[in-house]
Amino acid sequence: MKKDKKMTLTLPVEELMSCGHLACQGCGATLAMRDMLKALGQKTALCIPACCWAVIDGAYPYSSLDVPIYHCAFETAASTATGVKAGLEMTGDTETTVVAWAGDGGTFDIGLQALSGAAERNEDIIYVCYDNEAYMNTGIQRSSATPYGAWTTTTPVKHFKNRPKKDISAIMAAHGIPYIATASIAYPEDFVKKMKKAKDISGTRFFHVFAPCPTGWKSRPDDSVKLARMAVQNAVFPLFEIEDGTKLTLNMKLKDKKPIKDYLRLQGRFRHLTEDQIAAMQAEVDARWLRLLERAGD
Amino acid sequence: MKKVMMGNHALSYGAMLSRARVISAYPITPQTQVVELLSEMCADGSLDARFIKVESEHSAMASCIGASVAGARTFTATSAQGLALMHEMLHWASGGRHPVVMGNINRSMAPGWSIWTDQNDSLSERDTGWMQYYCSSNQEVLDTVIQAFKVSEALMIPAMVILDAFSLSHTYEVVELPDQAEVDKFLPPFDPEIRLTPKDPHAFGGLTSPEHYFELRYKLEMDMQKAPALIEETGREYEKLFGRRLGLVDPYLCDDAGLILVTSGTAGSTARVAVDALRQAGVKAGNLRIKVLRPFPFEVVRAILRKAAKVAVVDRNISYGAHGIFYQEVKSALYGRPGMPPVFGFIAGLGGRDITVDTFKEVVDHTLGHEAADEAIVWIGVKK
Amino acid sequence: MKDKKAKKIVFRSADDMPTMVISIGSQTHNKTGAWRNIRPEIDLGRCLKCGICWKFCPEPSIEIVDEWPVVDYDYCKGCGICAEECPAKCIVMVEEKR
Repeated sequence: MKKDKKMTLTLPVEELMSCGHLACQGCGATLAMRDMLKALGQKTALCIPACCWAVIDGAYPYSSLDVPIYHCAFETAASTATGVKAGLEMTGDTETTVVAWAGDGGTFDIGLQALSGAAERNEDIIYVCYDNEAYMNTGIQRSSATPYGAWTTTTPVKHFKNRPKKDISAIMAAHGIPYIATASIAYPEDFVKKMKKAKDISGTRFFHVFAPCPTGWKSRPDDSVKLARMAVQNAVFPLFEIEDGTKLTLNMKLKDKKPIKDYLRLQGRFRHLTEDQIAAMQAEVDARWLRLLERAGD
Repeated sequence: MKKVMMGNHALSYGAMLSRARVISAYPITPQTQVVELLSEMCADGSLDARFIKVESEHSAMASCIGASVAGARTFTATSAQGLALMHEMLHWASGGRHPVVMGNINRSMAPGWSIWTDQNDSLSERDTGWMQYYCSSNQEVLDTVIQAFKVSEALMIPAMVILDAFSLSHTYEVVELPDQAEVDKFLPPFDPEIRLTPKDPHAFGGLTSPEHYFELRYKLEMDMQKAPALIEETGREYEKLFGRRLGLVDPYLCDDAGLILVTSGTAGSTARVAVDALRQAGVKAGNLRIKVLRPFPFEVVRAILRKAAKVAVVDRNISYGAHGIFYQEVKSALYGRPGMPPVFGFIAGLGGRDITVDTFKEVVDHTLGHEAADEAIVWIGVKK
Repeated sequence: MKDKKAKKIVFRSADDMPTMVISIGSQTHNKTGAWRNIRPEIDLGRCLKCGICWKFCPEPSIEIVDEWPVVDYDYCKGCGICAEECPAKCIVMVEEKR
């Protein structure tokens, strides 16, 4: 019976990403790209600044994607995408979806100005931040997306990152853009659904995608999807949408919210934390989750 | 049709007649009128372009590049601090082979804040792989924008059209506006074979190892070296349709000159007046106004200057720790060839200090009064 | 889907290179299977055909052939996500032989 059974496929089958790319084993960022391209299809143009994907795609003269990519300067994902969209429209192509695809460094830090500018003007682009919580491409330095408590090369154990992760969704919501969504590589169906929804919306759409990095998190490569799932289930990285900057919808209620310590334990970057520090982090996650529930009207 | 307009508006009309499709710009004194007029033209439909009101000059150039690679003719304008902020992206436009045309108003670099003219802003960018045209009349500004698009798009190299702050940007002159239909004949739509499109997907500008980078930049230089001839040819084509030609340089009474002044920008037109006055007084002076600095017009500069007994370069800029920049470039162009005249170097007019006929009289007095050219800077008009 | 038989590109001179800095070939010339120390082996006898291994492969080097998951060992980097995520636990990571 099994011989006749068809494979269960919960995502579109077409692959717009080929093998041979240069990502580390177990890279979350590649799953994020793979999922997004399945949602958007081939009529897509990407603007990729300096980040892991600037290298993952492959060196000149090769590429591993079946869509065009403009590799752009670090802080220019949003401004380049703005220009590409304008150029395509003014030369008769109003169908191609233009996507700025940047890491957390190029979004939360150096790219924030261009992103804010584009969002304020409501440029017709989809901006996707794949977040591996540090400057991984340059060797694991801290960004403002690095969570409290994490080791990085510039926040060594004796000076671990002691500022909270910047709340990028709140910043984007303050711009009043039509659509914001978080997504996780452990929930690709949710990501694809949201991306397909976003494709049909005009104006600036912002995605914050959680993409574990075994190299930078000092975690096992085979744990990447598991860690992404745990982060959703313990409310470290909740799944939600914000429409028009105000209407927040939680995509996953957590009836049985898991404690963060199991999640932290699987990552070497948190190994140095004391019980007290973990307890403080748990309190912060709980408080943030409650605020989210309030905003969602639950 | 003749119109009285400021230099800034000559840039706007140049972009309009060239049918720029995407304009992305950020305001800075004294460029603001360029983009204000272009905004109005987009709003009233006389220019069919998308005007992106970006939040900084860095984003202006990044979005121009994005629009250009998507296949649109793009234009922007800036000055001084804005140009400096774009610096990273200037390299990007040339290295990426994007034919963006940009107006730059030569304004002094801060600190202290100065809105007046000198050339350090654009000259700081002379190594970025952009063509540089220095203008001395509003007519020239408008004509140069149109021709710059043609040359840039043929070579896939960006270009800046440069004019002095206030002395030209805000000075009103009569400008002949070419007929749009004639400009369309001269400058067809931008239609690049390779562009960013899902119909023909490529990754642009990916990680490039030592195995390939050298050749890519060699190719850029080889194409840049085609520019002098192409600029001359384009100028002759333009002259056929519009009656005006300006090549790489603008020589005035150089053929029989004993002393040739080398100038650029509006100082270049003041120098003509000075040359006339000097000739009246019995000095056989001439003026060589350099219009195109990049690519450097070696052959034509050598051909004109070799006839003189002395050359006096007047720079409205300085490379600290060395000398004026046009001086260095001219001197190096003449070096080592037999029969070349000595080159005297002067610096005047920084920060918008006025360059007058008297400035040139002082330059000429010094030059005639010295046998050999001193290597040290000769400062004109500084209260030492 | 990019051509899996893509070859390495060699330019003899600058003239062979396009003016613009563009890719002209596929990254599939790079057989990343050489990276791995461990390889996944799928026991098709216990496979549920749930599609999860295919879904979560970051390369993606698990293809669906005749409704079965098949690992492309030319490219599989041996990350182990498929084995970790398989609900039937029918994928085992074994040491790569050289």
